[in-house]
Amino acid sequence: MNWIVTILLALAVFFFAIGTIGILRLPDFYSRLHAAGKCDTLAATLAVSAIALYNLHDLSFGSILVSWKVFAIVFFIFMASPTATHAITKAALIVGVVPWHKKKGGRK
Amino acid sequence: MMSQVFLATTMALVLLIFLTLVRALGGPTVLDRIVGVNMIGTKTTVLLLLIGLIYEAMPMFIDIALAYALLNFIATIGACKFFRHSKQINLEDDLATEEEVSA
Repeated sequence: MNWIVTILLALAVFFFAIGTIGILRLPDFYSRLHAAGKCDTLAATLAVSAIALYNLHDLSFGSILVSWKVFAIVFFIFMASPTATHAITKAALIVGVVPWHKKKGGRK
Repeated sequence: MMSQVFLATTMALVLLIFLTLVRALGGPTVLDRIVGVNMIGTKTTVLLLLIGLIYEAMPMFIDIALAYALLNFIATIGACKFFRHSKQINLEDDLATEEEVSA
């Protein structure tokens, strides 16, 4: 059980680090949003699942209740983070943030 | 042994939060800042759960983390609805300034 929790937490930190590097290094707003949305959702799901799994090491009514709440957080993050990313993308498209082009004359 | 793992994960998350704060403070457009603040909020939710595990006060911190996740989502949606009709967004990203320098 402890090894599974450790591996899940290490994977979560790895994907958080990838998302942070992406949001710092990518050249465009939309590509930064791409890095932020996917890596953040996956890493938060992994980390919170690890915490819920560790919380179940003693099976009592209280720990089961707390783990159920933690899985509620997992479910909510899994629903809400792509929705927030979609809303930010739609706001950027309406406002008129220009996507990145490789050609120099391609920008409008 | 597991508390050391949780402590190491917490320290790595705090470091990553400070790295994300660079984008949230110095993003070229307002929407970049919104993305950075959203990422910081997601990391903070995980961080609150880890703090609850370290201090062994999980039933208290779980409610704080749940409320923080809800507030983060609502704040992002609200900021997007607010800046959707705004004309004040600085649309000049760093790519445009690079092109102006090269041209």
